[in-house]
Amino acid sequence: MSEFLMPSLGADMEAGTLIEWQVQPGDRVDKGQVIAVVETSKGAIDVEVFEGGVVEELYVDPDTKVPVGTPLARIGSGEQMVMERSEPESEPEPEPEPKPEPKPVPEPRPSTGKAPPGIRRTVGTPRMRASPAARRRARERGIDLAALTGSGPDGAIILKDVEDAPFREAERKPAAGEFDPDAMREAIAAAMTRSKREIPHYYLANTVDLHVAEAWLEDYNRDQPPESRLLMAALFMKAAARALERYPALNGHYTGTGFTPSEQINLGMAIHLRAGGLVAPAVLDAATLSLPELMLRLQDLVKRARSRGLRASEIGGATATVTALGGRGVDTVFGVIHPPQVAMIGVGRVRPRPLVVGDALAIRPAVDVSLAADHRVCDGHMGALFLNEIDSQLQQPEAL
Amino acid sequence: MNRDELRAVILEELSCIAPDIDSDTLDDQARLRDEYDLDSMDALNLLAALHKRVGVNIPEADYARMHSVSQLLDYLEPRVAR
Repeated sequence: MSEFLMPSLGADMEAGTLIEWQVQPGDRVDKGQVIAVVETSKGAIDVEVFEGGVVEELYVDPDTKVPVGTPLARIGSGEQMVMERSEPESEPEPEPEPKPEPKPVPEPRPSTGKAPPGIRRTVGTPRMRASPAARRRARERGIDLAALTGSGPDGAIILKDVEDAPFREAERKPAAGEFDPDAMREAIAAAMTRSKREIPHYYLANTVDLHVAEAWLEDYNRDQPPESRLLMAALFMKAAARALERYPALNGHYTGTGFTPSEQINLGMAIHLRAGGLVAPAVLDAATLSLPELMLRLQDLVKRARSRGLRASEIGGATATVTALGGRGVDTVFGVIHPPQVAMIGVGRVRPRPLVVGDALAIRPAVDVSLAADHRVCDGHMGALFLNEIDSQLQQPEAL
Repeated sequence: MNRDELRAVILEELSCIAPDIDSDTLDDQARLRDEYDLDSMDALNLLAALHKRVGVNIPEADYARMHSVSQLLDYLEPRVAR
């Protein structure tokens, strides 16, 4: 029998947050198997077990922060199985096998000299009743479950409660809505680590001639006051939304049950925050908006993103995201997909470039549009068609 | 509205868009895009705000030439209703 402890993942680590169990009591595990995910300042880390056996008891619930060295679970022969599992699952799960005759909670546990008896009641925060989906989403948003009121059975927090939570009130460190660059860095680290760990990205890029789009935009803006003018960014967003409509395998969420396409196109826009970090709130139902409507929504989102006034539905609702590094950026940007999404569309800087037009060279305003997509859901062939669809859309700006 | 008043309005609107810019040390000659990291949306929002505050509609063709606070002032000063 051995205790599975919160590992030390670096000299500076004093505590870690258990974010996910990948096993349940009763599961047989092999030496070296990943059984838990722990979040640290370096991101989410998979933690392996050093000894094979049967998971007899999980001491610590997900979303609990405990000091390094705290016992998290007991791995044994299976003889000391605890019957009761405190976590109510939203979906029925197959019975863990093999299930030996349950015995009463073995307390005090045989002394190992490592953990005092009754540690279960002393570690972490009180157990929050919440569905697994709600926990996952709260973690992604950096929302503290304790700040929410549950509307599910027995006051349990369900996914909807997390989605509806106003972002400002539910920030991880509720210091009167104050921006915390460290917390944001951590949240980005966690999301991006998860992305690179779980999502097999493939990348494609295409150069798009913006000669027509730029002329159309110039013409449109000529007689408009500044508050009614459009930016090329609105055309990119609309073209991407239209292309997503045609290629639904790039628009939706990939979760434990696989990929679910979304009928609505909630197009995220990565917004760089001047104080550091970035957020990617969604323009809800972007494909149905006219260009002027879309432009107003973008301006509004940028303003609220920078004043920390975003809503959880916007923060978590995106079904695909566009990232543009702007005029001072680079020619090509290859994004990292924001889980559980499956596509990140990258827009580089618009600048004059030598392009082949017919059988001659021409200097044309052009942009590189890229795609990072989830290979579990679709292949490069479809990604290529998708990028070409964005190109086609941008050649008919009047129809956007 | 004289040049100083106009400058105060520009700085006020600029600080709404980019609160991290310190009005006291702002260099009027510096290129806003390069020195203060204003993007195209920031620039458009600044023009919209100035249109509202001082009533001057800067056409798109003209604002491409305005890179600094000082250039904005040169453009706005003769056009502002006194």
